[in-house]
Amino acid sequence: MSLWLAGLALLLVKIGLVLFVVLTGAAYLVLAERKLLARFQLRLGPNRAGPLGIWQPLADALKLLMKEDTVPAGADRPLFLAAPAMSAATAMLIFAVVPFGDSLTIAGRPVPLVVADVSVGLLFVLALSSIGVYGVVLGGWASNSSFSLLGAIRGGAQMISYELPLALSLAPVVMLAGSFSLVDIVSAQAGCPFIVKQPAAFLIFCVSALAESKRLPFDLPEAENELMAGYHTEYSGMRFGLYFVGEYVNMIALGCLVAVFFLGGWRGPLLPPFVWLMLKAALVPLVLIWVRATLPRLRFDQLMHSSWKVLTPLALANILVTGGLMAALG
Amino acid sequence: MLPEMVKLRRKGEELLEDGLGLLRPFATTLGMLFTRPITVQYPEEKRVLPARSRGRIILTRSPDGDERCVACFLCSAACPVSCISMEAATREDGRRYASWFRINFGRCIFCGLCEEACPTLAIQLTPDYEFSKATIMELVYEKPALLVDHGGKDPDYDFYRHAGVTEKGEKGSHVNEQEPVDVKRLLP
Repeated sequence: MSLWLAGLALLLVKIGLVLFVVLTGAAYLVLAERKLLARFQLRLGPNRAGPLGIWQPLADALKLLMKEDTVPAGADRPLFLAAPAMSAATAMLIFAVVPFGDSLTIAGRPVPLVVADVSVGLLFVLALSSIGVYGVVLGGWASNSSFSLLGAIRGGAQMISYELPLALSLAPVVMLAGSFSLVDIVSAQAGCPFIVKQPAAFLIFCVSALAESKRLPFDLPEAENELMAGYHTEYSGMRFGLYFVGEYVNMIALGCLVAVFFLGGWRGPLLPPFVWLMLKAALVPLVLIWVRATLPRLRFDQLMHSSWKVLTPLALANILVTGGLMAALG
Repeated sequence: MLPEMVKLRRKGEELLEDGLGLLRPFATTLGMLFTRPITVQYPEEKRVLPARSRGRIILTRSPDGDERCVACFLCSAACPVSCISMEAATREDGRRYASWFRINFGRCIFCGLCEEACPTLAIQLTPDYEFSKATIMELVYEKPALLVDHGGKDPDYDFYRHAGVTEKGEKGSHVNEQEPVDVKRLLP
């Protein structure tokens, strides 16, 4: 009984820690994005709330919490209220399967440094990103607004299209690691990270993940100069904040996934494992911000074209080549 | 070379050019990251505006300290938003002046047409733009608030020294003025 309670307590501590780190990270990622984007555009960015604007995320959160939470007339109320949570929760749940270190030994018992070592962790991640589509589609549909609906339709089409190359690009990783578990995938990269063996899969995964995160140059679901704000046009206050948090948590999640699948997860010399994971995970959001500062938005047909005619065939060919090489080399 | 090879090579060159076209912007934005931002942090840092930029309007004085304004109403007529109003009066020495002069800055669009219309260089625009007020009535400036004790952009200009009005100096004593012709004499 006491062992069971200790296990539960440990789990809660781990969940609390992960959520704290992720949410703080997301809040400061917003600040980092605003700062970096400003510097890319020869501006200074937020610098009024505290030195270098370090209290800006707190001020933003406070502002969002105090704003009126409106529900438009004719909206599908339950769905409208639930959709943002769906978007944020799916992004946060990805961290349940991300390993952030080797297992520790506390009081003679091994404690794995992962919230849940699911044997089908990779499928869990893909399933969550599929459920994340519902947050966009339902939010846009429930708003009873044409801008929202258009954004939602675009979002649905785009995210479903890019899920295919996303999943297919991970197939060679699974083939090399021989497991769906993220812990095992990290262990399989003890020798050399998969980015060396699978550069094509890495590139396809990065582009698809960028499209999944609905950020520039793939931000058609919220294309502000055509659709106001797309699927979250009608949202205000903290419900909009949830979409916002979801987007940035998702960026960090993508960073963690790239780190786990291709950069060797928490492995690295000298520094503690957790720090290595953080460093590697920070890489992707920073590049995403750079991409946002650089590339213009694609046209919708170009978006679909690049998914179905370029990335998906490339990913399939990559699976074939990987399988062939594995069979040939034994 | 076979035509297929040429075609393939051209295709390859196109692909390379496209790839570079995708990557070059990244180098450009990265360069911007290491360039000094051009932001002026307004309340702490203030841009020094050019001397002829159009801000708050003033009424200037001649070098001898008299008001330049002769209440000719040209500025008021030129004003596209009719924010200038005044009343003309005549001093004991015969000189015209504005008994009251009012500019409604709540309505002024700072176009500078009043300054262009003014024959005596009395009304001028200054680079000062920081005079917002809490209530709109405070933006209505009366003559004492508009009048300054300097000559503005051309401090040496004195309208009466050019205009040939006898109030300051006799006939023929003004700038660029010839001696009056003695009509009683018939000599050429």
